[in-house]
Amino acid sequence: MSTVNETAEPASKVELNQSGDGAGAVESFDIILKVRRYVPETSEESYWDEWKLTMYGTDRVLDALHKVKWEHDGSLTFRRSCAHGICGSDAMRINGRNRLACKTLLKDLDLSKPITVEAIKGLPVEKDLIVDMEPFFQSYREIMPFLVTSGHEPTRERYQSQKDREIYDDTTKCILCAACTSSCPVFWTDGQYFGPAAIVNAHRFIFDSRDEAGDMRLEILNDKEGVWRCRTTFNCSEACPRGIQVTKAIAEVKQAILARSF
Amino acid sequence: MQVHKYDVVIVGAGGAGMRAAIESGQRARTAVLTKIYPTRSHTGAAQGGMCAALANVEEDNWEWHTFDTIKGGDYLVDQDAAEVMAKEAIDAVLDLEKMGLPFNRTPEGKIDQRRFGGHTRDHGKAPVRRACYAADRTGHMILQTLYQNCVKHNVEFYNEFYALDLLLVDEDATREDGSSYTQKRVAGVVSYELATGEIHVFQAKSVVFATGGAGKVFKTTSNAHTLTGDGMAIAYRAGLPLEDMEFVQFHPTGLAGLGILLSEAARGEGGILRNADGERFMERYAPTIKDLAPRDIVARSMAEEVRQGRGCGPNKDYVLLDLTHLEPAHIDAKLPDITEFARTYLGVEPYTEPVPVFPTCHYFMGGIPTTVKGEVLQDNDTIVPGLFAAGEVACVSVHGSNRLGTNSLLDINVFGRRAGIFAAEYAHDAEFVELPENGEARVVEQIESLRSATGTEKVAALRSRLQEVMDADMQVFRTEESIRRALAEIEDLRERYLNISVQDKGKRFNLDLLEGMELGYLLDIAEAMTLAALGRKESRGGHYREDYPDRDDANFMAHTMIYRDETAEMEGVKGIRFETKPVVVTRYQPMERKY
Repeated sequence: MSTVNETAEPASKVELNQSGDGAGAVESFDIILKVRRYVPETSEESYWDEWKLTMYGTDRVLDALHKVKWEHDGSLTFRRSCAHGICGSDAMRINGRNRLACKTLLKDLDLSKPITVEAIKGLPVEKDLIVDMEPFFQSYREIMPFLVTSGHEPTRERYQSQKDREIYDDTTKCILCAACTSSCPVFWTDGQYFGPAAIVNAHRFIFDSRDEAGDMRLEILNDKEGVWRCRTTFNCSEACPRGIQVTKAIAEVKQAILARSF
Repeated sequence: MQVHKYDVVIVGAGGAGMRAAIESGQRARTAVLTKIYPTRSHTGAAQGGMCAALANVEEDNWEWHTFDTIKGGDYLVDQDAAEVMAKEAIDAVLDLEKMGLPFNRTPEGKIDQRRFGGHTRDHGKAPVRRACYAADRTGHMILQTLYQNCVKHNVEFYNEFYALDLLLVDEDATREDGSSYTQKRVAGVVSYELATGEIHVFQAKSVVFATGGAGKVFKTTSNAHTLTGDGMAIAYRAGLPLEDMEFVQFHPTGLAGLGILLSEAARGEGGILRNADGERFMERYAPTIKDLAPRDIVARSMAEEVRQGRGCGPNKDYVLLDLTHLEPAHIDAKLPDITEFARTYLGVEPYTEPVPVFPTCHYFMGGIPTTVKGEVLQDNDTIVPGLFAAGEVACVSVHGSNRLGTNSLLDINVFGRRAGIFAAEYAHDAEFVELPENGEARVVEQIESLRSATGTEKVAALRSRLQEVMDADMQVFRTEESIRRALAEIEDLRERYLNISVQDKGKRFNLDLLEGMELGYLLDIAEAMTLAALGRKESRGGHYREDYPDRDDANFMAHTMIYRDETAEMEGVKGIRFETKPVVVTRYQPMERKY
């Protein structure tokens, strides 16, 4: 057994190609942050709240929300956890577009205008930026999001060629943040629609060479609330913070349904 | 208040909690309480891989893996536990593959493997390809796969339920030698429902704690905001010991200034560290395996380079991770996420520019002491029947004083599985322990007094002060002076904590209130850490004392056990008792740790 992909030993010393500023530079700037608040314990109406904040170089929208919560108004409520775009907690509408607050750098936004932040659309708002995620996860659970196989399990791993592994690579990146589903105009008007995230996760298994339940998932998605509701507006692909080509995945599922012709 | 009854209650839905739930859920009536949605758990942030001696790409065996784990942990590892982990690693990886995990593959279609820090061929001769991986999102794929299998097996989740207390009942008991002692038994868990503010008491025959670590005691950390040491602090307050709390791992390659993790896989795939002179400085600190030395050594070497003025950037306060000699296609295939982090957060293009990095608080080697079955210990040898812990919250101890990269994903799978099986088996034969009268009273009192408090101190201000102090004085270099400075500050913050108030007085989704509770946990953990660090007057693994730079096996080859005890006092702090626990040594006698 020989080692593979051996790279040449790198040089012990090199001339550095470094732009020099990197993480050291700290510029500050002022922003206006506008957040649509909703606190059903005090009022059935939502309203806009705004703060003027001084922020710094690499700060993200999440940092601005934290600054408000920690220094101005502790009642401002939003979900967050990892703060670097992999847990999927903080999808929200920022300047009218679905993004993760922890992945949106303030300096990349137009700071001459207020930055608006609202809860994602199409799911019931519970408080401020928090929505009820249950309907979203319900759709996810319905597409059988797990590997289905039959027969005896092998003693070792199932083999899968690199090519077969590559086919569904893109859709394994999903973090279930709901940015795609809650950016979909069809989902806004029809909450029964499975939505892009559920279809992405179905795709991940339908195109996995090890899986044997592709036909069942295709049948589920051939439903009137399934893939055919997709109007190819590409909102989902633009919204995905993981860069998944969501619309392409949906199209591949549509083609697979046609190819199997139920 | 609501009362629920389950055979097994698992607290936490990261890798360890869900791996336990998959086992327990198929054997006993099981509920999982989790303060965030399962797929938000920080297991998903793990990147590089999960080691197992599959020998898919080169010769390897679990005995070498055991040795590396023990040496990596600077001989504070319980060797029987390390052996269990390295042996069961192989099935743990194969189980995940069978559950559907999309591992990267070799040209023959087997699970591919790559190099990782401290994992070597034949007891340190050269780096070995042992880490099974899915690009640089292995943790993400593990978390997703485990959640998918929980869905498959209809595991019952209570999402956004915070565990706030552990209900233990004391019984008088007699040992075999006739001496009497107090036996603790688990009765259940008190929980707070985020959506409503309602208290729920979960009565259970078995309780599994899988709540993760406490990285948020530091300012610079790879950890999520939610990692506030809840499980450790709750157990500690309930009278259980915490083991080896002085040992915290600083991951060498956090994005400078931000702490966001860049996987060791970057070095496993050929990336190297350079100082301001462009020098590959790890050649001086670890001549054999260089940049792939264990994390404690690399992190200290980086900090040393910066101290000696060879740091980079305008403030000379970081070093560089150089990937520029790697093919962009190779980077895209193996390290797509972390290179995107560098682009997104620092605006650096890793194809052509080295990435600014500095050590970031990453992992707690210590935690709630357990046996290899995941049973929680109430002292050095007595288990608490029905109480289990697994994952970062636990200390088995397989990581000793320094965890090797990838061994945490392994730990959660091996010991999560074990805890799930043994918790269900215990519940099968056991009776419910009667809930203590008004068992929820302590939590209700805490919550209501915090909600109605009118004090002048702010949670966020105290927390950020704590984090600054810990970064300054409890990081990779420690001295008696720095630790005492941190301890004094922590004691001051604990006083000020009594005078906090929160602004949100509501019941619905009151995260303001819960941040107040979490700060209480952080302060308890920080105090335990500093006291344990004061007690260990030697340098070992992640705990480096400049005033005691050598390992001292004669005096300190033992685990630290810290207890809350009203009758005791340690280093001027009332209510803390300090003890030690022997290290289990099977076949590897301590040697000098060189790489």
